[in-house]
Amino acid sequence: MFSLEHITNSIQQWLYSTFSPTMALILECAIVMLLVIGLFATLGLVLVLMERKVAARMQIRLGPNRVGPKGILQTTADTLKLMMKEGLTPNGADKFLFNLAPFIVMIAAMLILAPIAFAKGFQIWDINIGVLYVSAVSSVSVIGILMAGWASNNKYSLLGAMRSGAQIVSYELSAGLSIISIVVLSGSLQISEIVASQQTGWWLFRGHIPAIISFVIFIIAVTAETNRAPFDLAEAESELTAGFHTEYSGMKFALLFLAEYINIFIVCAIGATLFLGGWMPLHIGNWEGFNHTMDYVPSSVWFMGKTFFLIFLIMWFRWTFPRLRIDQLLSLEWKYLLPISMFNLLLITLIAIMGWHF
Amino acid sequence: MYRETQIIEADNKADGDDLVINVGPQHPATHGVLHLVIRLQGETIQKVEPHLGYIHRSIEKMCESLSYRQFIYVTSRMDYLSAHINNHACAMCVEKALQLEVPPRARVIRVLMDELTRIASHELWWGAMAMDLGAFTPFFYAFRERETINDIMEETCGARLTMNYMVPGGVMYDLHPNFQQRVKNFIQLFNNKIDEYDDLVTGNIIFQNRTKGVGVLTKEDAISFGCTGPVGRASGVSCDIRKLYPYEVYDKVSFDEIIEMGGDSFSRYLVRIKELRQSIRIIEQLIDNIPEGDIQAKTKAVLKLPKGEFYSRAETARGELGVYIVSEGGTTPYRIKFRSPGFSNLSALDHISRGSKIGDLMAIMGTLDLVIPDIDR
Repeated sequence: MFSLEHITNSIQQWLYSTFSPTMALILECAIVMLLVIGLFATLGLVLVLMERKVAARMQIRLGPNRVGPKGILQTTADTLKLMMKEGLTPNGADKFLFNLAPFIVMIAAMLILAPIAFAKGFQIWDINIGVLYVSAVSSVSVIGILMAGWASNNKYSLLGAMRSGAQIVSYELSAGLSIISIVVLSGSLQISEIVASQQTGWWLFRGHIPAIISFVIFIIAVTAETNRAPFDLAEAESELTAGFHTEYSGMKFALLFLAEYINIFIVCAIGATLFLGGWMPLHIGNWEGFNHTMDYVPSSVWFMGKTFFLIFLIMWFRWTFPRLRIDQLLSLEWKYLLPISMFNLLLITLIAIMGWHF
Repeated sequence: MYRETQIIEADNKADGDDLVINVGPQHPATHGVLHLVIRLQGETIQKVEPHLGYIHRSIEKMCESLSYRQFIYVTSRMDYLSAHINNHACAMCVEKALQLEVPPRARVIRVLMDELTRIASHELWWGAMAMDLGAFTPFFYAFRERETINDIMEETCGARLTMNYMVPGGVMYDLHPNFQQRVKNFIQLFNNKIDEYDDLVTGNIIFQNRTKGVGVLTKEDAISFGCTGPVGRASGVSCDIRKLYPYEVYDKVSFDEIIEMGGDSFSRYLVRIKELRQSIRIIEQLIDNIPEGDIQAKTKAVLKLPKGEFYSRAETARGELGVYIVSEGGTTPYRIKFRSPGFSNLSALDHISRGSKIGDLMAIMGTLDLVIPDIDR
């Protein structure tokens, strides 16, 4: 129906018919680059505003409501302010690494966007090892965080970065195992095929209880991986003032801050793709009329709706729970989540081999 | 400052590879200008050394040049969350020296105000402590109810934080006509809210893991450090001045002294939450039974205390506040000493936080309920 596929296809056809193939490819890359940067800026603004509004609603306040109608321009104003601020580099900091770190974090976040299917036929790079690529690139950002903490020449930053390193490396395991369980069910690493395999129903519902368990573990693990409360030990503001980005200011701070929100979007997008069927509309068994009506909703709306629902869940955690302690955080992963997800993976494999799923 | 830095560096060298970090004087978790020098081995705390004096205002010295009516007002600025109770303790000391009989109406009003103050103080502690542990939302919930108390106070005392309402011989003004009704409304609202607090924080598994078994203060240590108030009572020390040395009408109302045996942060938390209910109980008994009559005893315009030494004590939200006046028979005190609960409670910090993690330090400091102007004075 209202598919973005036609638009992307016609743009591609026009490019290739007008220019030489090399030129067309370069132009395509340029368009994609502009789109990604535009998406980043928009997502950053929208997500920060959403977080503030969600927090306000949970904390019996109004939230931003002065700049623009209902305060929707607040984050734009904040970004402008951050752009105009001086980007300080502290004395004694390793200047090269200090300035490089925000860009590494940001670029890592940008790279993960490549294989994500935003709508039907609207995907930057449908690589055949999409899920593996996502897991691999998402661990790059920890290098940036460690770099930021180390180069700042600040003890709080160092502690925060070390915590973050331990945390991301640990929780990657559970997140990876949860992702693998869906790979086992769908039999492919390619994002478009994983989405296509959920034509008849989402894996969350089709994989019985083990799929639900791995979904829950996935949500917990990615909350930890993105350093969000209750796992925000890397920037635990009551303990370490601001953790690894204590010394950052101006646009460099904005990049780190933006990358955090982009990472939330990305992990939620992956969660929506793997467990909630990506851009596939909700279909229930043989309800022809219902299924047909659902098909009328554009696929991009389905994808964004699911992603933002998961983002809302993660924000909900943040404004409800207290923070864990570092040893509790690690024992939660190594003593509970990892064994459970390993056993769960066995169950999922059994289900997949026996064909017990719906 | 330079000398201090040198000392820290020297200590650092002596102990090899410990990491020394300065928490404060500007730090989100110290709730004031407290400076802690922490020596860490990895994330484990080896030593905590509080450095005081950043907000020292010489209140005790200032009092020596103020009259016996005036010095009470300065004490609102010590533990600003228990302003009423500070004023109350000072007023009681002067009354003791002058052997003044406080009218029954003033006695009941004083107790009502004290208990409202205690609720307001514990509310703020609850929100701030949850925030130390990383939960933001409780802070706003706590302030929602605390606002109601502040409004009630504002109506009667004319101030919201430093009330200056208690004077030697009674209270300064009579109650506002709305007072009784508003307090009753507040009690009705607040009873449900405490259950909400329990749902949100007390029962939370993360919160319990963060506080149970953290910062254990044994009964013997609590006594030797002089810990009083909820901190002492959480370690099993019976130290409620309202029960042990009843003043005003505390011997006529029924309430329980909350004692927990655990001594850890969770016990300290429970003591304060349970005290909220006890304070409500006291207010419920008194709010309909405020006797008619004077609100102040007849006193001379200029108070002169007889020669001698006088001591009185009151139970603030943080523990025992002692007021010690040495009088030479003049219109101003010769010497005044306050025994503030926060100072003694802080002294236990190093002992109970050794061997725990940085995250635990926030839980411990949060449940010690430190108010820095009370420590520094």
